[in-house]
Amino acid sequence: MATDTNAAEPVGMPQLDFSTFPNQIFWLVVTLVVIYFVLSRIALPRIAAVLAERQGTISNDITAAEELKLKAQEAERAYEKALADARAEAQRIVAETRAEIKADLDAATARADAEIAARAAEAEKQIAEIRENAMESVTLVARATAAELVSALGFQADGAAVDTAVASKLKG
Amino acid sequence: MASDQATGGLQIHPMDQFIVKPLFGGDAIHWYTPTNVTLWMALAVVCVVLLLVIGTRGRALVPSRVQSVAELAYGFVYKMVEDVAGKDGVKYFPYIMTLFIFIVFANFLGLIPMAFTTTSHIAVTATMALAVFFFVTILGVVKNGVGFLSLFWISAAPLALRPILALIEVISYFVRPVSHSIRLAGNMMAGHAVIKVFAGFAGVLGVGAIFPLAAITAVYALEVLVSFIQAYVFAILTCVYLRDALHPHH
Repeated sequence: MATDTNAAEPVGMPQLDFSTFPNQIFWLVVTLVVIYFVLSRIALPRIAAVLAERQGTISNDITAAEELKLKAQEAERAYEKALADARAEAQRIVAETRAEIKADLDAATARADAEIAARAAEAEKQIAEIRENAMESVTLVARATAAELVSALGFQADGAAVDTAVASKLKG
Repeated sequence: MASDQATGGLQIHPMDQFIVKPLFGGDAIHWYTPTNVTLWMALAVVCVVLLLVIGTRGRALVPSRVQSVAELAYGFVYKMVEDVAGKDGVKYFPYIMTLFIFIVFANFLGLIPMAFTTTSHIAVTATMALAVFFFVTILGVVKNGVGFLSLFWISAAPLALRPILALIEVISYFVRPVSHSIRLAGNMMAGHAVIKVFAGFAGVLGVGAIFPLAAITAVYALEVLVSFIQAYVFAILTCVYLRDALHPHH
């Protein structure tokens, strides 16, 4: 295999033309060194920083979202507690009012009962009085009638005897 | 160009695209001569700078498209190093990123018509493979001392088999740079040469050129895939060798 280095038309594979090796290796080394410095000094730290920053931002946002969620739950609990308190308060007020009304009602009933009792007693007294009077009147009428009857029969009415007879008859 | 031969008009020179030429005339190629190698490697550097430096200039929290690609490349290689070479391999991440990003751009730039593919040259890939080989070997000896030899002494195997396995392991260890470099150069060279051969057919077939053109399109698509995969393979093998150097015990 005759590889004429500087010939216009090399024979065989150009890859095996060893005369170009130093050239290729030299420029490869230069290229790799340049790329290495570009990467390690500028590109890689920058991309790593961007990725880290993004990761940080994302985790911060997630933390913030969780905090907000907790706050929302807290607010909901507070709202429910307030609602329950208000309901209990309302019930308490209702019960109080009901008790008050009941007390008033009881008092009024008692008053009315007392008045009714007083009036009934009075009425009974009056009825008793009336009955007493009626009793007396009956006695009088009976005596007078008895006396009249006795005299109509032609006898002299003995007042005392008539009284005693009437009284005994009335007693039954 | 070439003289007419018995094949008539069929002039196929699939290997001409790999010839190293001085950029500014002249015939002599000294080690310092700016050649097409210089040009295409410089373009690779420009692409690296455009993607990873200019592209990430904004340092945006919500990345632009170019920044996204740069971050993807970073994450891809970083994860590969971490997964394959282990946590303590991460400090060698810039070296592997350098190799990977250079090979990716050299491969893709080589796919541009009329371009020169620097990674199709064994001189380039062998230099990188040998650099990796010596780096991981020295690293392994420095980190583990004599313990590095346990890489060749497979304690899981039956005692009688171990010397034979050790011999095989030693041979395979020293063959590593060869396979590492020829795999990349061979893939790049073969694909480009095939495209050139089909292109030579297309030149003489007239209307029938539709068939070689279809073939070129298919091979080109395959080459796009191969360009990335070979860069990935080179990088992941580097990670594997690095892991062996850091943890030689199987």
